[in-house]
Amino acid sequence: MYLVEEAAQLADRVFQLWIRAPQVARHARAGQFLIVRAHENGERIPLTISASRGDAVRVIFMAVGKTTGYLSTLKKGDVLSDIVGPLGKPSEIKKYGTVVVIGGGVGIASTPIIAREAKEAGNHVIGICGSRNKDLLILEDEMAAICDELFITTDDGSKGIHGFAASVLEQLLKERKIDCVWIVGPAIMMKVTSNVTRPYGVRTFVSLNPIMVDGTGMCGSCRVTVGGETKFACVDGPEFDAHQVDFDSLMQRQRMYVDEEKASVEHHHHGGCGCCGSEQR
Amino acid sequence: MTASRAVREVRDFNEVNRGISAENAVFEALRCLDCVRPTCVTGCPVGIDIPAFVQQVAAGDFAGAVATIKRDNMLPAICGRVCPQESQCEGACILGKNEKPVSIGALERFVADWEREHGMTLPGTAAPSGRRVAVVGSGPAGLTAAAELARFGHAVTVFESLHEAGGVLTYGIPNFRLPKEIVRAEIDQVKRLGVEIRLNHLVGRSVSPDELLSYDAVFLGTGAGLPYFMGIEGENLNGVYSANEFLTRVNLMHADCFPAFDTPVKRGCNVVVVGGGNVAMDAARVARRLGGEVTLVYRRREEDLPARAVEIENARAEGVHIVCCANPVRVVGEKNVQAVECVRMSMCELDESGRPKPSSIEESNFLIEADVFIEAIGQGPNPLLVSMLPQLDRAQRGNVVVDADGQTTLARVYAGGDVATGAATVIWAMGSAKKAAAAIDRILRKE
Repeated sequence: MYLVEEAAQLADRVFQLWIRAPQVARHARAGQFLIVRAHENGERIPLTISASRGDAVRVIFMAVGKTTGYLSTLKKGDVLSDIVGPLGKPSEIKKYGTVVVIGGGVGIASTPIIAREAKEAGNHVIGICGSRNKDLLILEDEMAAICDELFITTDDGSKGIHGFAASVLEQLLKERKIDCVWIVGPAIMMKVTSNVTRPYGVRTFVSLNPIMVDGTGMCGSCRVTVGGETKFACVDGPEFDAHQVDFDSLMQRQRMYVDEEKASVEHHHHGGCGCCGSEQR
Repeated sequence: MTASRAVREVRDFNEVNRGISAENAVFEALRCLDCVRPTCVTGCPVGIDIPAFVQQVAAGDFAGAVATIKRDNMLPAICGRVCPQESQCEGACILGKNEKPVSIGALERFVADWEREHGMTLPGTAAPSGRRVAVVGSGPAGLTAAAELARFGHAVTVFESLHEAGGVLTYGIPNFRLPKEIVRAEIDQVKRLGVEIRLNHLVGRSVSPDELLSYDAVFLGTGAGLPYFMGIEGENLNGVYSANEFLTRVNLMHADCFPAFDTPVKRGCNVVVVGGGNVAMDAARVARRLGGEVTLVYRRREEDLPARAVEIENARAEGVHIVCCANPVRVVGEKNVQAVECVRMSMCELDESGRPKPSSIEESNFLIEADVFIEAIGQGPNPLLVSMLPQLDRAQRGNVVVDADGQTTLARVYAGGDVATGAATVIWAMGSAKKAAAAIDRILRKE
């Protein structure tokens, strides 16, 4: 059992948990993830490791499905059945020169740990945090404390620059020499944003988030096409060269269980939580 | 194809083979000739004293029989179910020359089940040696190595990356062939020997190579968990699974009980499975239970099917259509699988394995309607840990190179089971693990 040490809501439907998992926390590096199975009947879902501190790790997620919905109800002192990690290859951090670390939406969760390690490796680190509006923006202070420069963008202009992270990136690329870029966010955002760096030939990493089961290279559920080859995101990634990734295939595979997810949430709502008076679990 | 055979409509995951009664067990055991030079034992990869236990069954001493087995095999209820006895002990039985061999597997299973119902007893263990051994993986090889090493008196820690122990016994072999409560009961026995199993520990990630090598000795039983894909067009369409994924979703995650359990699986109205081994049969039979019409496509002839005869028979009886001499060349669909395009195969000269080498016949392509396509064409060793120990020599397919004792090219590190031999059977994994455990014990005692 894995103890929830802290639980908090960061934004609309966005939550953070600090979970005690020594074997994960002690080995976690930027870019890696963990797999959580919340309870005995639970599914295994991957979540990026957003930070680690002593024996605890932090995960940040948006409550959109059955498992994330359940996780969002957890309080300090609650427990999770299973946590395994850190999984996947760590980010390829080294001294590049000037790096840009971009987070989109809840993907911002992955950026402080990357920015921090990049900074420690001697890079000039520029952060870009993009969200739909100011209420969905997370970890601004944390990124501001780590990065040499930080840009905030919102789709509706309610905070920072009115527009997308991609526009800020484009401007930066025009103005100065950028040596490496990380982009973490929804697949469509990573696709669009990484297209910006393509003509400049700037090394660009994206962190892919396909559906996984074991997360250890055993099932192939997370296979993605990179440079025309099939790769397993769980062991070959999750970070890949953005300009080689087939995002359309990724997005299609992410939607494989859309109908089942609806059924699952429905089932959960009408039989699991007890909020509406029916107890079936 | 055999038509007009009654199809057994199965929708549950209860065990298909119900075993034999005590009375029948005694009768069966009485058939044993108690040969002076028994050949059955030579056919057993873990060297169970088969004549002794069979004679004990004949005398009605079931407790004695199971104790005899457990001297050499801590997982008798599992082996009694999944061992290919027809090509091992029973295949070597003298009676088999003229009539049916003694049903050694059924007897092993019977006494193991009898013991589980009547209270399990533990074999003796040696005094604590003060030495620590790490075992990586809790499948058949890891469990066997762990049990042996614990009985030798060593402190054993098993690292398992999943949330349940058992490896392929848990995620791979379906309940209807190997009930999970039996797997759990036999794993409990291993734990009662003093073995500590740390779940959710992926060695190479949650446990660093240095931490692993800080033990006095290491046994790698990481299995063959990396699924091979055919590399054909359309393979990443929604609805295409490796057999590993399909079976894991159902066996480990209970997707058959979705949405009561959270993990979904595509049930499929028309399921195509490619492959001819036991894993392919398992996947096909699971797909049948999930309600699909199932076609299994195999590239060689029917007589070349590598699966056990009994599994092929069960698959057929449950309504799996087996199409031989055919091979998928393309998965057809836009987003989801709509059909599997196959080509007919002709058999040419024999290859190095003594089987005919199949080659595709031009313009013989045909479509099988499908919404789920499962590839069961084999597995290789999971490369993660092995790649983190660069001192380990590896053979062509990534298998860890070991000597006759299971010793790898890295001092104090041994390996057994599929990671060393390539994908094989549960009992071969156990046999190689047992040898490695004995070798580890020898080096630890010498020091």
